Amino acid sequence: MTDALLTAHDLRLRFGETTALDGASLRVRAGEVLALMGPSGSGKSTLLHCLAGILTPESGQVTFDGDDLAALTDAARSALRRTKFGFVFQFGQLVPELTCLENVALPLRLCGVSRREARVAAAGWLERLEVDDVAGKRPGQVSGGQGQRVAVARALVTRPTVIFADEPTGALDSLNGERVMKLFTAAARQTGAAVVLVTHEARVAAYSDREAVVRDGRVREQEFAA
Amino acid sequence: MSVGFALLGLLENGPAHGYDLKRNYDERFGAGRAPLHYGQVYSTLARLLKHGLVEVESEPGDGPDRKRYAITDAGITDVADWLARPEKPEPYLQSTLFTKIILALMTGRDANDLLDTQRHEHLRLMRELTRRKTDGDLADALICDHALFHLEADLRWLELTAARLDQLAEGITR
Ligand SMILES: Nc1ncnc2c1ncn2[C@@H]1O[C@H](COP(=O)(O)OP(=O)(O)O)[C@@H](O)[C@H]1O
Ligand SMILES: [Mg+2]
Repeated sequence: MTDALLTAHDLRLRFGETTALDGASLRVRAGEVLALMGPSGSGKSTLLHCLAGILTPESGQVTFDGDDLAALTDAARSALRRTKFGFVFQFGQLVPELTCLENVALPLRLCGVSRREARVAAAGWLERLEVDDVAGKRPGQVSGGQGQRVAVARALVTRPTVIFADEPTGALDSLNGERVMKLFTAAARQTGAAVVLVTHEARVAAYSDREAVVRDGRVREQEFAA
Repeated sequence: MSVGFALLGLLENGPAHGYDLKRNYDERFGAGRAPLHYGQVYSTLARLLKHGLVEVESEPGDGPDRKRYAITDAGITDVADWLARPEKPEPYLQSTLFTKIILALMTGRDANDLLDTQRHEHLRLMRELTRRKTDGDLADALICDHALFHLEADLRWLELTAARLDQLAEGITR
């Protein structure tokens, strides 16, 4: 696979006695939606965090666009996370003191975009995720499904190259989960962002192009094409 | 079987020609299936007629297309009974997969591979259904979701089985 955008090669990582990653390798292509599946505790989140440069493996290599993440300076790595990566977690992790609009505008503000411009872009993304009606509300005042769609808007607002999503619908009922996935994957496909989607739910994984299964800290089937 | 009940249900809204029944059927019940053949429509209507569940209001001119069908009281009761009756659950897929897993373990093959392969196959179909659902209307979504939840149930069972493979292998090789 020559068109890999993000790769993990033979990652190993322990937490005390627990081996979380035991030689995990994975390739993510530009623009694809890849589902990371597997039983609970198999190492999916740990792998995701290594791919995103949040965790550093004890051995093995992660490359993004040909660059070894470990070889970058801390500053370069955080710049990469800020500009090229987007994140969606199980529980939105929105800033509770800010309105939904301000939450979505925040990543742009951190990149130095003017307040006005950031708010306009944020409003556009809230509309695309069909949550423009909660723009002025704080995260505590919106439903779980609305909160996750705001979180997706926040992940997309910087037009990242890769979005990392860890069980983004894990706390939602079927109907709200479907709505999040439908809008999320449609928006990601439109912008050309790749998505690494951790999920143990097949109906959620069905929104992906391809799946990789993690078991005992290793990726079992990395080359199953869609 | 269910085609007959679907046609009866359509007739509860008022009498109709065979052609309109076919079109209505394809529109309302056809999502994800091949359109009904006229032959099937008329043979079904003939059966319903024979059982007194519909009656014919003939119009001037001949041929099956001239006939207007109306539901009878017996037909309405038949639909109500059918709706009130539960469907028999069909666990056939599980038993096939179960046989495969036991066989794999008995012959020393990696049953995890089998599970991953089956998951991959299930997901392939689930992706197609998800696409169809996303592009379609509400009726498409309902029908696709039904299939999706069933496929998901298969997979959840597979995953549980995968988690128990060691235990299963012990029981089999002993
Ligand atoms: N911060 C941590 N400290 C200790 N153990 C951890 C930590 N993070 C993960 N683990 C362990 O590593 C293994 C893999 O965890 P994780 O990657 O979260 O799995 P998954 O996301 O597939 O459920 C598990 O056994 C988990 O308990
Ligand atoms: Mg996890």
